[in-house]
Amino acid sequence: MQVMLRIRRFNPEIDARPHDETYTVEADPNDQVLDLLNRVKWYQDGTLAYRRSCGHGICGSDAMRINGVNRLACKVLVKNLGDRITVEPMLGLRVVKDLILDMEPFFAHYRSVLPYLVNEEPAPERERPQSPQERARFDDSTKCILCAACTTSCPSFWADDEYVGPAAIVQAHRFIFDSRDRAAAERLQILSDQTGVWRCRTVFNCTEACPRDIHVTQAIAEVKKAITTGRLD
Amino acid sequence: MPQMHQYEVVIVGAGGAGLMAALYASQGASTAVLSKLYPIRSHTGAAQGGVGAALGSEEEDHPEWHTFDTVKGSDYLGDQDAIEFMCTEAVPIVYELEHMGLPFNRTPDGRIAQRPFGGHTNNQTGKPIRRAAYAADRTGHMILQTLYQQCIKQRVTFFDEFQVLDLLVEDGAARGVVAVALATGELHVFHAKAVVFATGGYGRAWEITSNAHSYTGDGIAIAMRRGVPAEDMEFFQFHPTGIYKMGILITEGVRGEGGVLINDKGERFMERYAPRVKDLASRDVISRAMYLEMSDGRGIAGRRYLHLDVRPETVNRYAEADGRTRPDGAPYRVTGEEILAKLPDIIDFCRTYLGVDPVTQPMPVQPTAHYAMGGIPTDLNGHVLLSQDGAAMAGFFAAGECACVSVHGANRLGTNSLLDILVFGKHSGLQAAAWASHNDYLRLPSEPEGTVLQQLEALRSDRGEERPAELRRRLQEAMSEGVGVFRTEAGMKQALATIVELKDRYSRVRIDDRGRVFNTDLLEAWELGCLLDCAEVTAVSALERTESRGAHARDDFPQRDDERWLKHTFAHFQPGRITLAYKPARITLFQPKVRVY
Repeated sequence: MQVMLRIRRFNPEIDARPHDETYTVEADPNDQVLDLLNRVKWYQDGTLAYRRSCGHGICGSDAMRINGVNRLACKVLVKNLGDRITVEPMLGLRVVKDLILDMEPFFAHYRSVLPYLVNEEPAPERERPQSPQERARFDDSTKCILCAACTTSCPSFWADDEYVGPAAIVQAHRFIFDSRDRAAAERLQILSDQTGVWRCRTVFNCTEACPRDIHVTQAIAEVKKAITTGRLD
Repeated sequence: MPQMHQYEVVIVGAGGAGLMAALYASQGASTAVLSKLYPIRSHTGAAQGGVGAALGSEEEDHPEWHTFDTVKGSDYLGDQDAIEFMCTEAVPIVYELEHMGLPFNRTPDGRIAQRPFGGHTNNQTGKPIRRAAYAADRTGHMILQTLYQQCIKQRVTFFDEFQVLDLLVEDGAARGVVAVALATGELHVFHAKAVVFATGGYGRAWEITSNAHSYTGDGIAIAMRRGVPAEDMEFFQFHPTGIYKMGILITEGVRGEGGVLINDKGERFMERYAPRVKDLASRDVISRAMYLEMSDGRGIAGRRYLHLDVRPETVNRYAEADGRTRPDGAPYRVTGEEILAKLPDIIDFCRTYLGVDPVTQPMPVQPTAHYAMGGIPTDLNGHVLLSQDGAAMAGFFAAGECACVSVHGANRLGTNSLLDILVFGKHSGLQAAAWASHNDYLRLPSEPEGTVLQQLEALRSDRGEERPAELRRRLQEAMSEGVGVFRTEAGMKQALATIVELKDRYSRVRIDDRGRVFNTDLLEAWELGCLLDCAEVTAVSALERTESRGAHARDDFPQRDDERWLKHTFAHFQPGRITLAYKPARITLFQPKVRVY
């Protein structure tokens, strides 16, 4: 089949503002959108710029806005989109070139929530024991690949990029509810700040956008509840 | 003029090996990590099934058993002192990862859960053993995340999206690297006392591969161009279970959980090829069996794939036939929910890409180019070797898939790559820092960026007419046909002739992008040059080895030949000329035996 692929282009060395270009690409219904982008880049227009690496939804490089929704280009198939596909950079972060965003503000929010296990007690010779139930408590949030699809789909983040955003909250959740961690109170303090969880208006865009099917809104709600009740249950 | 930086230790690559090296090096020396990707995008994150360590969480196990299995898996080519070192270090290092926060699955009594994996056995009974410590089917993702988290905690200095293009060497000593900052196109020179390469493999030289687009052999190619030999490049692993046509990895953990491979006649054909461990034989054995089944017309519907079946009814039927039990002695039986809980990611892949639900339908799979056993030769400390005689290169270290210690020999066991990056990442980091504390900065060459400028100018020239993508496609085709699972002299010669022709055409390559900012057109073309060099050395090394061992299987020399070939290949690379030398495999514990599973 033939696909009309419209791509939002911006080259900072030439363009004053972004513009759209449309490419006609030969496609198989089972092709990924990433395959189409590659076909354009490799055989029609090498100047097209986007990030990609693993090509199967694990590395988080190729999150972009596809037909108006944040998706990983390697995890959406042509057959689910039809023969007219629009690809744009995600919203809320500065466009560096074409589909490539400046990710630094996103990672700065990530780093702000102490995204690492804190436990200064002397470690045992073997593992710190953890029951399967304790482990399951934070399983969902360990799936996050930091692709930014959630944060850049959030109207609160679009309105104010000081908001830490859903991805950073999911990362905080992963440690707050880990029975081995000792810094939950500190993280909850950070997230109760005015740029923290209370910016979330429960729009659910993040949950819709997550390519890993993480229950993002639920994770945020659990963090809100922990702040309100002072309990981690 | 390039921007100049100075760090005692510069680490190139931020996958598991690079991050582990960074955690250790940065405790003793000023350290910078350069990566062409954001660290958490690295290919370690694609590893699924587990990391091997004889923890004995679920049943009796010993590092000695792990050592033997790895030696046998390597088809006796792995250096046994290195293997023993890795398998002994495995136990404390997995606990160390747990202490860093890695969310392993747990046993009912709260210990790290372990699952069976190919080639790992109880050495007394010969039966599969639970040795792979895992976090669902995203163990690599969790290792990568955990190490990156620790690097943030430890405030490691990163240069994200800095692609290294050259290693600075003068008088046989590494003195730094040259990198391009992708966001600006500017060149940066990093002056260092010690350089650690942790740059991964080059599976993108083949058509069907589980490897990331970024897996283009940059580090190996750069090192070779600077006079470092490449060891055992003929040994490239084909993982048995890639998704048909796409190559996306389906973890061996599927078979660890009881899944089986089925041919068009509905037979569990591995019973014929590996009567004892069947679907949990090592990868080279299974990939060959699959090829033979397909060549004999028993691919599904006569096509080039087979079924991997993990439906509960199938798992339970064969578990009963095998008499498989749980650690408590109860018969091994699974439900669809348990399969889903243990293998969520691969189930998601199959649903997304194939519209197949593995809980109710079998998965179409074919062997996929997966892992380079060969690479930059190192000693146990990650110190790079300049020759088969054991001379080390001042200030240069390597770890992970780009390196060859050699712990994997002719065939790597599943779970040992994650172990390799942890153990040798750590030790190369420690040794690089120790090197830095005992040595001064050596003078940089004059105009250190000169070679890089020349390479990039050649790619940017207006004279060319060849599309890099077309050359890459031809390379992948040639490697798949001639240097794949089964090899012949004629096939390899044909592949080599194609590579030589492609290298000539590569000198006339044309790119579209003339800009500086994120010129991925230019860098993909540069990466193609690395792939071509790695592929050429692979084909030349393979052609010369007139035997079958591990992943190197020849129709024209079907037997292993210990008398002549129990030795490592050292390929010395010069433009237009590759010379081969050899080094005996180190045998300390186990004399070579016939390898049966």
